[in-house]
Amino acid sequence: MTTTAELMDYAEVVERYDPVLGLEVHVELSTKTKMFCGCPNSFGGDPNTHVCPVCLGMPGALPVVNGTAVESAIRIGLALNCDIAQWCRFARKNYFYPDMPKNFQTSQYDEPIAFDGHLDVVLDDGEVVRVDIERAHMEEDTGKSLHVGGATGRIHGAEHSLLDYNRAGVPLIEIVTKPIAGMGERAPEVARAYVTALRDLLRAMDVSDVRMDQGSLRCDANVSLMAKGANEFGTRTETKNVNSLRSVERAVRYEMTRHAAVLADGGSIKQETRHFQEADGTTAAGRTKETAEDYRYFPEPDLVPIAPTREWVDQLRATIPEMPWQRRKRIQDDWNLTDEELRDLVNTGAVDLVAATVDAGAAQADARSWWVQYLNQAATARETELADLAITPAEVARVIALVGSGELTHKLARQVVDGVLDGEGDPDQVIEARGLKVVSDDSALLAAVDEALAAQPDVADKIRGGKVQAAGAIVGAVMKATKGQADAARVRELILERVGAA
Amino acid sequence: MSDLTRLTAAELAEKIHTGEVTAAEVTQAHLDRIAAVDGDVHAFLHVDAEGALETARAVDADLAAGRAPVSPLAGVPLALKDVLTTRGVPTTCGSKTLEGWLPPYDATVTRRLREAGVPVLGKTNMDEFAMGSSTENSAYGPTHNPWDLDRIPGGSGGGSSASLAAYEAPLAIGTDTGGSIRQPAAVTATVGVKPTYGGVSRYGLVAFSSSLDQAGPCGRTVLDAALLHEVIAGHDPMDATSIDAPVPALADAAREGARGDLNGVKVGVVRELSGDGYQGGVLRSFDAAVAQLKELGAEVVEVSCPHFGYALSAYYLIAPSECSSNLARFDAMRYGLRVADDGSHSAEEVMSLTREEGFGAEVKRRVMLGTYALSSGYYDAYYGSAQKVRTLITRDFAAAFEQVDVLVSPTTPVTPFKLGEKVDDPLAMYLNDICSIPANLAGNAAMSVPSGLSDEDGLPVGLQIMAPALADDRLYRVGAAYEAARGPVLDKLGELEAAK
Ligand SMILES: [Zn+2]
Repeated sequence: MTTTAELMDYAEVVERYDPVLGLEVHVELSTKTKMFCGCPNSFGGDPNTHVCPVCLGMPGALPVVNGTAVESAIRIGLALNCDIAQWCRFARKNYFYPDMPKNFQTSQYDEPIAFDGHLDVVLDDGEVVRVDIERAHMEEDTGKSLHVGGATGRIHGAEHSLLDYNRAGVPLIEIVTKPIAGMGERAPEVARAYVTALRDLLRAMDVSDVRMDQGSLRCDANVSLMAKGANEFGTRTETKNVNSLRSVERAVRYEMTRHAAVLADGGSIKQETRHFQEADGTTAAGRTKETAEDYRYFPEPDLVPIAPTREWVDQLRATIPEMPWQRRKRIQDDWNLTDEELRDLVNTGAVDLVAATVDAGAAQADARSWWVQYLNQAATARETELADLAITPAEVARVIALVGSGELTHKLARQVVDGVLDGEGDPDQVIEARGLKVVSDDSALLAAVDEALAAQPDVADKIRGGKVQAAGAIVGAVMKATKGQADAARVRELILERVGAA
Repeated sequence: MSDLTRLTAAELAEKIHTGEVTAAEVTQAHLDRIAAVDGDVHAFLHVDAEGALETARAVDADLAAGRAPVSPLAGVPLALKDVLTTRGVPTTCGSKTLEGWLPPYDATVTRRLREAGVPVLGKTNMDEFAMGSSTENSAYGPTHNPWDLDRIPGGSGGGSSASLAAYEAPLAIGTDTGGSIRQPAAVTATVGVKPTYGGVSRYGLVAFSSSLDQAGPCGRTVLDAALLHEVIAGHDPMDATSIDAPVPALADAAREGARGDLNGVKVGVVRELSGDGYQGGVLRSFDAAVAQLKELGAEVVEVSCPHFGYALSAYYLIAPSECSSNLARFDAMRYGLRVADDGSHSAEEVMSLTREEGFGAEVKRRVMLGTYALSSGYYDAYYGSAQKVRTLITRDFAAAFEQVDVLVSPTTPVTPFKLGEKVDDPLAMYLNDICSIPANLAGNAAMSVPSGLSDEDGLPVGLQIMAPALADDRLYRVGAAYEAARGPVLDKLGELEAAK
């Protein structure tokens, strides 16, 4: 089926062409109920258990707009510096597909609730790029199809299909950028940074789970190239199925190199939908339709227009949290971080996590060290995002507290964290199950060790400085204090661990 | 006991609530009447004897236990148009597409009837998905007009009105998108009311044209319609277009009107709803009705609604457009008919073949019209222009209601025609709704009340009364006054029957 596409070397691509991007991000809102009915809005569940006459499109059933979803839409619009419509309507987008119960999607068409905004995006080197927002509008999600049999896993050629309508009617906000041009070789990075910034913002606003792996944040990347000096945009392709931040960057970069090869060869780009393939980082064409789809949009007659009052919008404006990048600046000042330390924090996506860990009672240096180092390595090893690791800031704070109180050594603490990441429970459950706690005798010993170290700070510094043999003096003091009942070897271990030389 | 079927709903309610008869006896009398005459009339697609008797017995048990009736109509049976969903009871909309479908939920209207202790005798025949003016578009065969079994009972709610005229039910529910309550009422000499749009919930009303559809009451008297209207009306959080405002006192307005005093009421005769295309006997009956209103003390003036002439054209763009989208859900995937699912056809083909087989010619015609009207490049010229006309018609009404309290016209331009006479001429069929459509486009309230028999063919004629949105009570006051002065029309059918 797939043929290997010709690709142009990236350096040559950016030398000869200017890329133009357009990003469409779909965000599933984390409202309690669906967009137009009272069914629970939750991920998973046995197929067709979160359904009712409304979201199944039963004859006679009618939609009623979820007020919280409208509120979230307005807040998102405000956070993206958009104008909020004083009056807008839903429209019906008509097309037949089995996983869409009514065979029309209730969406917004030419009257979006929010429009003309921007989002400032910080790139890896600290440069700030402003991405203009065309619109943010409300719509409903479709159900899910599982096509059984056939080669492609798509409806075409399947033996039969299974339909799950649990997701049908889940509230979505679609956020569309204006064309992003002039980024040159940084275009793929800008795409990734934009989606990252959007994700951080939406998470800070607590309006969505923003889990790309679960589809609660989905990005379609439109890419076109124009020859240097040209005035008109080239033909674009729309790449779907981009399921991680890394994939956003890879997909854009791949399409740039593919387009360039086609164009340089005198060919033309076909306007089409392409699917990103995570495994090899390529894109493949979707099934092409012979005729263009005519969605026959018209205003949804089952719903009344939405006319948010100025007072309401102002109230909502007051609920918009500090922008994540502004917050970063403030954190840098508060925590006294160097630019490099802040960049490490930002690049690993640890800012919010560290802040939350600090909020949960940990010292910021400890929190930073855990997230930027050990947990960041764990995320890389597990091929996931830091934020998607199965450990919460509160759990990290608990581990830090246990180390602080001497109940865990650093080494044991890492094992506890590994257990949490492996789904064995919270830190205390992991300690219990794995029997990781420092033996109770140790806590008595530790008190004596700490006392002895405090009494001889010059010796402690020597050990810390690498003169491990200096520990003998402290061992002697501890043995004396414990009337010779301690295990000298263990005491020595504890001393080295305590000063961080173990 | 068969004379129970000749009583009005108000009379039946009184007899039941005072213990003179039981609700079960009343319900059984109507079930017997259905068994006797519905073979000829074919008003019902489904009779739910058990369900109706169960509701009736529950009302009787309540009354026997000394409790007050749950509503003024508790125990009075009713015929329900088959376009409103009934949990566990077939709902076909007159279409093969929904043959055998058992809805998992009640329409709000159905639920309110159940809560009011109204036994539902069964589901009445209709043009498929409420598209038509004669019930000839029902996939299950037409309903026959009790006045002349060879003639149409009107449509789309011909079954509901015919059931009243045939004394099979004292009350019925219809739905009115372009006249589907009022035109059948006119041609059967019964009363039908299209409430203000949003006055009665549409939840569970299988949509034909969402911005026009409105369920409403049908009865043999104005008071009966008012009592039923009060049971089904009121805000419903399940319908976003439902109006959140108190329902005016309708039965009180009917009782007030029946005293026969219309002094201080200004009535406007719509100049544009008469003239060419109107049957002579219909116009003479209308003139007589206007004279009667004057005698009752009303001040009558002529008013002009210059854009009413475009109403029919606008309607036949808006209604098909919405219907093309509303009926898209009948795709064989989740309920209803499914054909060609034999492993050799794709899902798309099964959808297409099912719709080909399940929909009748008129439904297909309107789905195609609407699909075309909404198409890219045609939207502004068709759907967009129609919406502008709609605004102009709404303004016509607003200007007219600055001058008068109600407007009047004939309900239909002609008396009921023969079955089969217009089935091959859709445009002639569409003209039946020329007087009723403006009220749907503007969303205001309208009633048809019998105005006698046409002097040339002895067939029923209806007087249409129109009121501003949310002023449904004016219909009942004027309608009841006129009804009381004019005297019963439907009784003449009894005389005709007796003479046969
Ligand atoms: Zn639902």
